[in-house]
Amino acid sequence: MAQPQKVVVVGNGMVGYKFCEKLLNKAGGGSFSITVIGEEPRPAYDRVHLSAYFSGTSVDELTMAPASWYAENGIQLLTGECVLHIHPEAHYVMTHTGRKIEYDKLILATGSSAFVPPVPGVEKEGVFVYRTIEDLDAIISYAQGASRAAVIGGGLLGLEAAKATLDLGLETHVIEFAPRLMPRQLDAAGAGMLKRKMEALGIQIHLNKNTAHFEGESNVKGLAFVDNTSLEVDMVVVSAGIRPRDELAKQAGLGVGPRGGIMVNDELQTTDSDIYAIGECALHKGMIYGLVAPGYEMAEVVANNLTLSIAKKGDVKSFHAFDMSTKLKLIGVDVASFGEPFCEHTPHDTIVVEDKLKGIYKRLNVTTDGKHLLGGILVGEADNYNMLLQMVKNQMILPPNPEDLVMPVRKGESAGAGMGVASLPDDASICSCENITKGTICEAIEGQNLGDVAAIKKCTKAGTGCGGCVPMLSDLLTETLKKQGKTVKKVLCEHFDYSRQEMYHLIKMSGTRTFDEVLEKHGKGCGCEVCKPAVASMLASIYNDVIAKQAVIQDTNDRYLANIQRGGTYSVVPRVPGGEITADQLIALGTVAKKYDLYCKITGGQRVDLFGARVEQLPFIWEELIDVGFESGHAYGKALRTVKSCVGNTWCRFGVQDAVGYAVRIENRYKGIRAPHKLKSAVSGCTRECAEAQSKDFGIIATEKGWNLYLCGNGGIKPQHAVLFASDLDDDTCIKYIDRFLMFYIKTAEPLQRTATWFNKLEGGLEYLRDVIINDSLGICEELEKEMEYLIETYHDEWRVAVETPEIRARFTHFVNSEEADPTLEFVEMRGQKRPSDW
Amino acid sequence: MTTQHTTWFKAAPISAFPENGGACVKYHDRQIAVFHFKQLDKWYATDNECPHKHQMILSRGMLGDQQGHPKVACPFHKKTFSLETGLNLQGEDYCINVYPVKVEDGFVFIGV
Ligand SMILES: Cc1cc2nc3c(=O)[nH]c(=O)nc-3n(C[C@H](O)[C@H](O)[C@H](O)COP(=O)(O)OP(=O)(O)OC[C@H]3O[C@@H](n4cnc5c(N)ncnc54)[C@H](O)[C@@H]3O)c2cc1C
Ligand code: SF4
Ligand code: SF4
Ligand code: FES
Repeated sequence: MAQPQKVVVVGNGMVGYKFCEKLLNKAGGGSFSITVIGEEPRPAYDRVHLSAYFSGTSVDELTMAPASWYAENGIQLLTGECVLHIHPEAHYVMTHTGRKIEYDKLILATGSSAFVPPVPGVEKEGVFVYRTIEDLDAIISYAQGASRAAVIGGGLLGLEAAKATLDLGLETHVIEFAPRLMPRQLDAAGAGMLKRKMEALGIQIHLNKNTAHFEGESNVKGLAFVDNTSLEVDMVVVSAGIRPRDELAKQAGLGVGPRGGIMVNDELQTTDSDIYAIGECALHKGMIYGLVAPGYEMAEVVANNLTLSIAKKGDVKSFHAFDMSTKLKLIGVDVASFGEPFCEHTPHDTIVVEDKLKGIYKRLNVTTDGKHLLGGILVGEADNYNMLLQMVKNQMILPPNPEDLVMPVRKGESAGAGMGVASLPDDASICSCENITKGTICEAIEGQNLGDVAAIKKCTKAGTGCGGCVPMLSDLLTETLKKQGKTVKKVLCEHFDYSRQEMYHLIKMSGTRTFDEVLEKHGKGCGCEVCKPAVASMLASIYNDVIAKQAVIQDTNDRYLANIQRGGTYSVVPRVPGGEITADQLIALGTVAKKYDLYCKITGGQRVDLFGARVEQLPFIWEELIDVGFESGHAYGKALRTVKSCVGNTWCRFGVQDAVGYAVRIENRYKGIRAPHKLKSAVSGCTRECAEAQSKDFGIIATEKGWNLYLCGNGGIKPQHAVLFASDLDDDTCIKYIDRFLMFYIKTAEPLQRTATWFNKLEGGLEYLRDVIINDSLGICEELEKEMEYLIETYHDEWRVAVETPEIRARFTHFVNSEEADPTLEFVEMRGQKRPSDW
Repeated sequence: MTTQHTTWFKAAPISAFPENGGACVKYHDRQIAVFHFKQLDKWYATDNECPHKHQMILSRGMLGDQQGHPKVACPFHKKTFSLETGLNLQGEDYCINVYPVKVEDGFVFIGV
């Protein structure tokens, strides 16, 4: 194999990172050896959403990919290291630590720095810029001792910074040199409206102000302006524009623009063809792009062309002038400008809607024939931004009354009458950061059954850049699902077009006993991690065969009859019916735990959990437990877990019934029965309810006359009390009702639906449930009882079968070609026992 | 492209692997998950380590297909990976290595 080409990236910002990601995706590992050098102390983070740091978003959440990602993909990442020189002739760069790094191709992604005008006094304490996490940290800590802040610069970033200082509790002033805010994006009327909005938020705006010098001794105390006015403040954030970081390029003799920026051609090559520049440092056709989307597109072009030069397939890509539309991401103030906002040199007509009362200003620039949209400005209401931008980009024909597009949205009406996402062409680029089209998104929604925006983001990457297209993704989702006539029927997954209840019925009717038979008769494809365990559970509920015989369709816990834990070991939970255990059994548990060095814990369900068993140890451990009379506790299954009990009238001075005795009877009756989800139960010996029966799927509380039965309670994420189903039942009637109830639930619930959720969705609620189970309104009770009887009769201890059946037992190994245990397992000591080391 | 020279490691007899499931093969210090995708009549090999939380577990994962594309789901958090390319199918940033497999004289060989 040829030597991998050495690619060195200078700058680990958003674009530098995106370049690595794209190069990996295109070329895979192996063809390139990539080194990234970043001056900041941490891996690249989402600078676009930097302001979210103020509202509590953590550095981790902002990070594009953790350092481990680079390592996993074979990328050498050097953070906190600055490149000082490029040696184009000798093809290497030199960092500030004296490290010399050779390259075949060098990518400059050095971004830009905040421009700080050389105003006297600017070096004083308390003057900040707004670009990195360190800047923000410094601002946050200095703000604690400050009360008034000024932001110099009333552009996009300046206003974001102003909102941040306002949120830090400071009186905030914005100083703008031009006669209006956001002069590059807004016209005078729009900017006027924005000014009123900002003032309403509590930010004071000063226009036509040119700062002459900063006042104060070592710390800034105020601003003095050229017009002889001044403003007292105790901290300043300078946001007066950006300067591309071209110093390295300049020093190496590469071409740079007169006002900064590394000159590049359409393939983003600098004047040295082995050196590329991408992102905010690049100067393309006289333009610096201070936005992330064009930077990503540049990364795409270079990654594509480098891969091409190696793989020798595909087409050379080139970079074209890019749309500079922007939307301000301030909460509470909608501002956007798109396409050509001013149309200074294009003949056009304008449509303007202004509502001073509501603070809305909208301007559309339309071709003189009224057919196409050229651009526009939105202040106060920008719901239509994405749609309008698409209309510009795709040169869509305008509707007959284009003013409808900007009429203020009234409650209950959807924005932009007649021009929904449906009207966009398939090749409309919805997410411009990742360049993803409507067609791709709709295909993904349909093809992969995506049900929410998060899934679309994951699957297509759309919406993961600046996030501006997220509302459109949601519209596309609704639209596509509606078109498919969806939302009603809950099918199992792409392999079965049936709900669980339908499947249950079909399996029973057709007598299919294995997954393969079920798939062949009722499904398509090969199955997946959703339908395999669901079908396995139904087969178990219907036939109660030995589940280990179809091991590969079981979820991992059921496959190994144990709960998988962090690190890949398993835990062992023997059944202790009703929580009643003999001293000998306790000793046996201790002996086994000691022998196999297991971590011991008493569970919330009155049994003992032994953690840290290696897969090949499981049959040996169980053999010893079975010898002293233990059985599987099904802690790993969607099955009956425990029937918890209080001690009841056998010991307790308040007890009115034998709670333990009844709990043991119930646990032994329903053990091993598989259901859509786990089942828990409890029995309390009197109304004091020490066993917490009302939090269980079925709970029983003793009365003077018998038992009260409670159904469909739940702990878990959304706790719910069980409802009183019937009172003062005798032993057998109570059990008869439970039989019917459990079977009814097993047959009709969705996969992984607990009894509480099932009950909440049950039409007719408690009355209906009583009718079915007590009054037999559906005439199915006999059948339900028969089915339950079958399950009870066919009970087998799964672990006994596993230990005694050689083919099943043989599967409990880590390697197929070695007896060895997994050598990567690691434990650390904790309070005198062991636990797996951290992940 | 330069043709890569593949070394074939003789892993175990076919019968050692469950049908439509996986098992783990030890190759020196490495762990390779081998899957017998019987429904498609294909064999696949991947890293045994799931890149999500670095668990040596993928051989115990569940096989399936997504729109006909073969995949394995990690037992820990159900991240799914293509058996053909190793890419994560939920669009997340990690992926696994895949290796060629051949079956000869009743034995399974992995290209390492
Ligand atoms: C507060 C804020 C809000 C923004 N909001 C938006 C928005 O809403 N929409 C939008 O599209 N854009 C927005 N932007 C702009 C966007 O963040 C930038 O366009 C984007 O980050 C540019 O990426 P880059 O990789 O080119 O540069 P950067 O992200 O600046 O990365 C360059 C990196 O290179 C490093 N570096 C430079 N020189 C060297 C050297 N010699 N050696 C080693 N490392 C070096 C730098 O330290 C830096 O980490 C915003 C920017 C800020 C600051
Ligand atoms: S529920 Fe009643 S019987 Fe049971 S332990 Fe509590 S007080 Fe005693
Ligand atoms: S509550 Fe959470 S951490 Fe505790 S056992 Fe359950 S799943 Fe694990
Ligand atoms: S460890 Fe594999 S999905 Fe989390």
